[in-house]
Amino acid sequence: MLKIENLHVRVAGREILKGLSLEVKPGEVHAIMGPNGAGKSTLGNVLAGRAGYEVTQGSVTYEGTDLLQLEPEARAAAGVFLAFQYPVEIPGVNNTYFLRAALNAQRKARGEPELDSREFLGVVREKLKIMQLSPELLNRAVNEGFSGGEKKRNEIFQMAVLEPRLAILDETDSGLDIDALKQVAEGVNALRDPKRAFLVITHYQRLLDYIVPDFVHVLADGRIVESGGAELAQELEAHGYAWVRERKPAGAVA
Amino acid sequence: MSAAVAPFVESMRAAALPASGIGWLDAARSEAMQAFTVAGLPDTRNELWKYTALRALERRSYAARDENASARAIDESLIALPGVAGPRLVFVNGVFRADLSRLEDLPEGLSLKPLSRALREQPEPLRFALSRQDRDSDAFAGLNLALATDGVVLHVADGANIEAPVHVAHLGAPAGGDVAWHTRNLVELGAGARLRLIEHHAAAGEHAHFANLASEVILHERAHLDLVVVQESPDGATLLRRSELRLHEDAHVALHALELGGALARHEVRVALDGDRARVNTRGAFALRGRQHADTELLIEHRGRDTASDSLWRGVADGRARGVFHGAITVHPGADGADAQLSNKNLLLSPDAEIDTRPALEIYADEVKAAHGATVGQLDERALFYLRSRGVPAEQARMLLVRAFCSVALSGVEPQALREQCDALLLAHLPREAET
Repeated sequence: MLKIENLHVRVAGREILKGLSLEVKPGEVHAIMGPNGAGKSTLGNVLAGRAGYEVTQGSVTYEGTDLLQLEPEARAAAGVFLAFQYPVEIPGVNNTYFLRAALNAQRKARGEPELDSREFLGVVREKLKIMQLSPELLNRAVNEGFSGGEKKRNEIFQMAVLEPRLAILDETDSGLDIDALKQVAEGVNALRDPKRAFLVITHYQRLLDYIVPDFVHVLADGRIVESGGAELAQELEAHGYAWVRERKPAGAVA
Repeated sequence: MSAAVAPFVESMRAAALPASGIGWLDAARSEAMQAFTVAGLPDTRNELWKYTALRALERRSYAARDENASARAIDESLIALPGVAGPRLVFVNGVFRADLSRLEDLPEGLSLKPLSRALREQPEPLRFALSRQDRDSDAFAGLNLALATDGVVLHVADGANIEAPVHVAHLGAPAGGDVAWHTRNLVELGAGARLRLIEHHAAAGEHAHFANLASEVILHERAHLDLVVVQESPDGATLLRRSELRLHEDAHVALHALELGGALARHEVRVALDGDRARVNTRGAFALRGRQHADTELLIEHRGRDTASDSLWRGVADGRARGVFHGAITVHPGADGADAQLSNKNLLLSPDAEIDTRPALEIYADEVKAAHGATVGQLDERALFYLRSRGVPAEQARMLLVRAFCSVALSGVEPQALREQCDALLLAHLPREAET
């Protein structure tokens, strides 16, 4: 589904990703862990198509096409979704209106019929079972005045409605207390599907107690320096990221 | 001044009205015309015209009137506004059209007629308004006094609550050439009276006419006025408006303005909070494209005690458009306890567009609460990316954000159907790149 090969990315003239490779198959959940500044969020942003991320080398193939050639909206229509680390507040744009516009734009791009407001409300009602949001939040401006937890839940709710094939969760656990973390994780787990893949970017192992990954990758200094199963997250929690660096001197993973 | 008279001034002088038979009116008109021809047009050294140069206007000339204005066919759909079905006064190229208006069965307490009829039937009550030249009047107010033959004369009796909104439509229609008209509106609300008034500037086809409107609105004690101005003139038109609102004790005005059209559209809004506890809320937005130029001059004077003004304006400019917002609030000596708030935010959608904003606050009283702020910026790239990352195409995302940006200024428009119409007009006017 997703194949990243030797990806090099510069941001504001500085090289952040330095040869990252990763392959994700449908149904898999991959966790990307790593210390601050390793390039985790850069990976999420470059996959979603944010401006200002310059790919200098390497390739990203998604479902057989060159993902990097697509505009952000085309990536979304193709099934790529980024849950933002810092969801943006958009005053004056109604949350539900926005979500319907997004869903219909995606459907239109895929040649599917658009949903009228009644059909859309049906979808919303259905997806509220996965991720509960108060009607008051649904009718407010996008993320405006939402608490940190509400913003993250709104991201997962959007994901539930948009039904992406590749969901990238960028530090969705940051700033959440344990109850909110569980709710978000339950929402994600409810969306696990043999046809859907997840890339869960996180600094802490905590989230992975609730969203159990198939693979864990350690990202350090712009590269994946260690890969393993879910147990790798436990070891990282026990030993810290320094432990990986000691086991794998920088030269050995080039 | 050079010896040669500017074509604009010349064409206005040639439009001087024949004797009306009303002595005081003819004297006032001729004096005003005399003053106008001597002074000419204001230039950019005039503080209120600083960013609106009239050199192009000065070189143009206009026909004195559209001789066929009473006969032009106008489709009802051009006049109608959703949710607005009350009394209606329609002007085509500045001339009152009884056939398009609705003046029968007026609600009790409402007197509404065209100025042309009021002058014919009973000129004397208009004498005060039509025979004085204000100290701070400008060239166009003088010109209006000299040449206006029609307009709105509206009076609400003490205590009357007029439920249905009164709709005043100023329509420009293509004529043989470019026509000038001058409209004078006189609105008075008695003590405790309530009125909703909708001023609509629209067009029955493309034209490049010159319209010059002067409105005086007086609110007596405890009167309340909801005023909505929807301006969708064609892109070639010139529209200069001056609205003076005078509020007595405990009177309240809520103004909403949507400015979309015109090659040059200027609105000078003067609010005098004369009475104690008088309040005004102003909200407005302009959205400009191409080479449009819009200028809002908002001049609020706090004179009574414990008066309040709250103003929130938004501007958007694309292409090579130019927007001007000047918000000047003066709290005069003795106007203690005044509360004056002014916010003006603007968006530039193109590198060639320009918006000049000048908030100005002068305070000469005590215990005054005042805040003002103005910004000019660009669309929030983070918000744009957020919308696009969810699948909303770039162009639609931009429109959503611009519309949201303006919506705070229009959210209070009533009735709801009219608010939705304003929203739709705004969307339709927003610049749109070629769709792919």
